[in-house]
Amino acid sequence: MAEFLLPKERMKVARQIMPEQDPTIRARNFEEVNLGLTKEQAILDAQRCLQCKKPTCMDGCPVEVDIIGFLELVVKEDFLGAAKKIKEDNVLPAVCGRVCPQETQCEALCVVGKRFEPVSIGRLERFVADYEIFEGVTPDKSSAPKKGKKVAIVGSGPAGLSCAGDLINMGYDVTVFEALHELGGVLVYGIPEFRLPKDIVRKEVDNMRKMGVEFKTNVVIGATYTIDELMQEEGYSAVFVAVGAGLPWFMNIPGESLAGVYSANEFLTRVNLMKAYKFPEYDSPILDCAGKRVAVFGGGNVAMDAVRTAQRLGAEKAAIYYRRSEAEMPARAEEIHHAKDEGVIFEILTTPIEFLGDENERLHSMKCIRMELGEPDASGRRRPVPLENSEYIEPVDIAIVSIGNGSNPLISQTSPDIETNKWGNIIADEDKMRTSKEGVFAGGDIVTGGATVILAMGAGRKAARGIHEYLETGNW
Amino acid sequence: MYDIIEARFLAQDIKLFKIYSPPIARKRKAGQFLILRVSETGERIPLTIADSDQEQGTVTIIVQGIGKTTKELNTLEAGDQIVDVVGPLGKPSEIEKFGTTVSIGGGVGTAIAFPTAVALKKAGNHVITINGARSKDMVILEDEMKAVSDEAYITTDDGSYGIHGFVTTKLQELIDDGRQLDFVLAIGPIPMMRAVAEVTRPHGIHTVVSLNPIMVDGTGMCGGCRVQVDNKVQFACVDGPEFDAHKVDFTNLINRNRVYSEHEQRSLEAYQHRCNLKKQADELVAKSV
Ligand SMILES: Cc1cc2nc3c(=O)[nH]c(=O)nc-3n(C[C@H](O)[C@H](O)[C@H](O)COP(=O)(O)OP(=O)(O)OC[C@H]3O[C@@H](n4cnc5c(N)ncnc54)[C@H](O)[C@@H]3O)c2cc1C
Ligand SMILES: Cc1cc2nc3c(=O)[nH]c(=O)nc-3n(C[C@H](O)[C@H](O)[C@H](O)COP(=O)(O)OP(=O)(O)OC[C@H]3O[C@@H](n4cnc5c(N)ncnc54)[C@H](O)[C@@H]3O)c2cc1C
Ligand code: SF4
Ligand code: SF4
Ligand code: FES
Repeated sequence: MAEFLLPKERMKVARQIMPEQDPTIRARNFEEVNLGLTKEQAILDAQRCLQCKKPTCMDGCPVEVDIIGFLELVVKEDFLGAAKKIKEDNVLPAVCGRVCPQETQCEALCVVGKRFEPVSIGRLERFVADYEIFEGVTPDKSSAPKKGKKVAIVGSGPAGLSCAGDLINMGYDVTVFEALHELGGVLVYGIPEFRLPKDIVRKEVDNMRKMGVEFKTNVVIGATYTIDELMQEEGYSAVFVAVGAGLPWFMNIPGESLAGVYSANEFLTRVNLMKAYKFPEYDSPILDCAGKRVAVFGGGNVAMDAVRTAQRLGAEKAAIYYRRSEAEMPARAEEIHHAKDEGVIFEILTTPIEFLGDENERLHSMKCIRMELGEPDASGRRRPVPLENSEYIEPVDIAIVSIGNGSNPLISQTSPDIETNKWGNIIADEDKMRTSKEGVFAGGDIVTGGATVILAMGAGRKAARGIHEYLETGNW
Repeated sequence: MYDIIEARFLAQDIKLFKIYSPPIARKRKAGQFLILRVSETGERIPLTIADSDQEQGTVTIIVQGIGKTTKELNTLEAGDQIVDVVGPLGKPSEIEKFGTTVSIGGGVGTAIAFPTAVALKKAGNHVITINGARSKDMVILEDEMKAVSDEAYITTDDGSYGIHGFVTTKLQELIDDGRQLDFVLAIGPIPMMRAVAEVTRPHGIHTVVSLNPIMVDGTGMCGGCRVQVDNKVQFACVDGPEFDAHKVDFTNLINRNRVYSEHEQRSLEAYQHRCNLKKQADELVAKSV
């Protein structure tokens, strides 16, 4: 059995490099880019952990995964035990191991990282979670004594799923209501197959079903049922609202209604959820990107996903247009790097000011303007300022707007007693995720605005504790 | 899975379905729609809820087979199932006591205009309906429309039934006769809705149309259904589908709806090809037995 390395040996072992598909090949397929560490690599990387007295890495994880504990089990080659350990705090390790911005979270605070490269916590999390899935281990039905109380969860994204997982283990009857026909929220309709295979999400959801969580797809809360109806007529004692931030923003520039201009949400939903890349085997169409010029506006993860998707659909030029410089891009470094390797073009310090179309209102070009960076703005990032006389016209066939999402008003319109802030986000308290309406909790992107999978999951956990306390004590 | 309780053709290519979904049947109001997916590889398409029966737990849709999905749907019968049905979506029609109202339905649009006509009648309006079709055999819901109308008119393009002409022919006539019209609701092909808007505009008659842009989720998440109303972007699935006819940019809607026409053609051809192959195979099997 392997052991942790002595300090001297450790210096000789480098952070293990995860194998990935060759960029020129993967740029044309939808299979996963990262292939995962091998068993040998996983053990070797885990051996680099110092098993710190004060494991600072855990402060960097929003759900406080027992990193030190699971790494120890990896070194002991007890991968199933390691997976179980992670699942005590994180019900979706195969997902988080893939999409967490580890470099700014757990790994950023890893002590080894001060002198060398940090322990590959995220990749190891992915490794053990995949190992468990591959071994076909599935959880048992929750054995917690039944509380005889029903909790409704609205939305099946990471926030909803993590809340459901905790509540079912506490003995509540949990029903998750999902508006779409598939479960997983952004994990299925937003994040592409090549970064997060949908099979993985499906397996994680199936596991929760086996634990006893009930899922109801095709139910829009606010339309099919209101929250009051759930509580007064359908017998739910508490409701957790985890509907995400799905209302795409547009740039409000002329020509945005031309055919050929998409929101990133629509583009990605067509491809991921509706499988438009398999048209006509699947019925939903998407404009043909093959041999076309595709422009994506924005610098976040969503923009990277959209542009890399366009590249895979055969775009001749798939380009990111971002009004600041690369340093200010909110996307994960790995995503930017992957995009570049795949041939994506980066037009930084550039923004469109008008879309132009033909007589049938089909997009054919855009007017752009160059920017330079000025003084820092409220967000601390340097503000982009337009450069005079820098306007130019560039041909473009498909434009994808990816500048962020606002909050969907369906819930707040039908439950006006749930308070929202000026951006329409639901207001919930920090520790218990309570809203202004008794019995109703909220968390994830609908509260914070677009954030991360793991933060949404953290909110789901907090809400589960808050709900439990409320249902036990009756105190609001 | 959602059960089809009843299915029957009302006219050529126009079929009525009753689908079992008690929660939608209970909640739906006139003007709202549902989204369904026929099969696991299918697309999500919006269809207006023409009627509902709370006791039976069913919702009624009336479907015109124009492309792959609607034609495939129209092959289904009572006892068959649909994989996904979600609703009720969109804002309900604004029903008030306006006075004299005109509900105009063109083609399958009549099915969409029908529930609102019922609601307008209930609200105490003098209800006029104009039901337009290409020809006599394409007229649908004639008896139902008559039953809720104080005055019911039918127009056919070819004059084979009712008034010879378009729905606007009759509408113009009512206006020319000096009738006081307080509210007009027009639903049908986009050119028809635009024509109605132009007839009522000079008279300042409050006119509403139900728009049919291409949708995906129907919950405000994708922005694909956006329409230009009063030079502002609106999402038809959550802000509509009904809008002030005099403020709608119809040209933009027509152009946006055309964006996948090549795909739609390909999809339909592939589907019909598969259907033909299946028919031939079935015939061969039948012969060999
Ligand atoms: C393309 C893309 C890439 C991303 N990449 C990353 C990444 O690499 N790493 C990372 O950490 N984060 C990433 N994010 C962000 C992350 O996905 C989100 O922060 C996270 O999914 C939020 O979780 P949530 O549970 O709050 O909401 P969501 O995941 O949005 O789920 C909400 C669910 O609620 C459903 N719903 C909405 N309204 C209703 C209603 N009225 N009734 C019933 N159901 C409803 C929705 O259909 C949806 O399924 C990405 C986001 C996108 C869009
Ligand atoms: C709110 C609303 C209510 C509607 N109510 C009815 C109804 O009661 N009865 C009825 O017969 N039809 C109704 N429609 C139209 C119906 O949705 C389309 O006819 C159907 O989607 C066509 O699909 P297809 O595959 O058969 O045809 P296709 O060949 O794919 O398309 C034909 C045309 O239908 C439209 N269309 C295509 N895909 C979609 C989509 N996903 N969403 C919306 N439109 C699309 C486009 O304009 C396209 O040019 C409604 C549409 C909307 C938006
Ligand atoms: S959940 Fe994310 S932040 Fe936490 S340990 Fe795992 S990879 Fe790191
Ligand atoms: S900080 Fe790094 S070295 Fe220390 S316990 Fe955590 S992973 Fe191991
Ligand atoms: S259909 Fe997606 S926003 Fe309306």
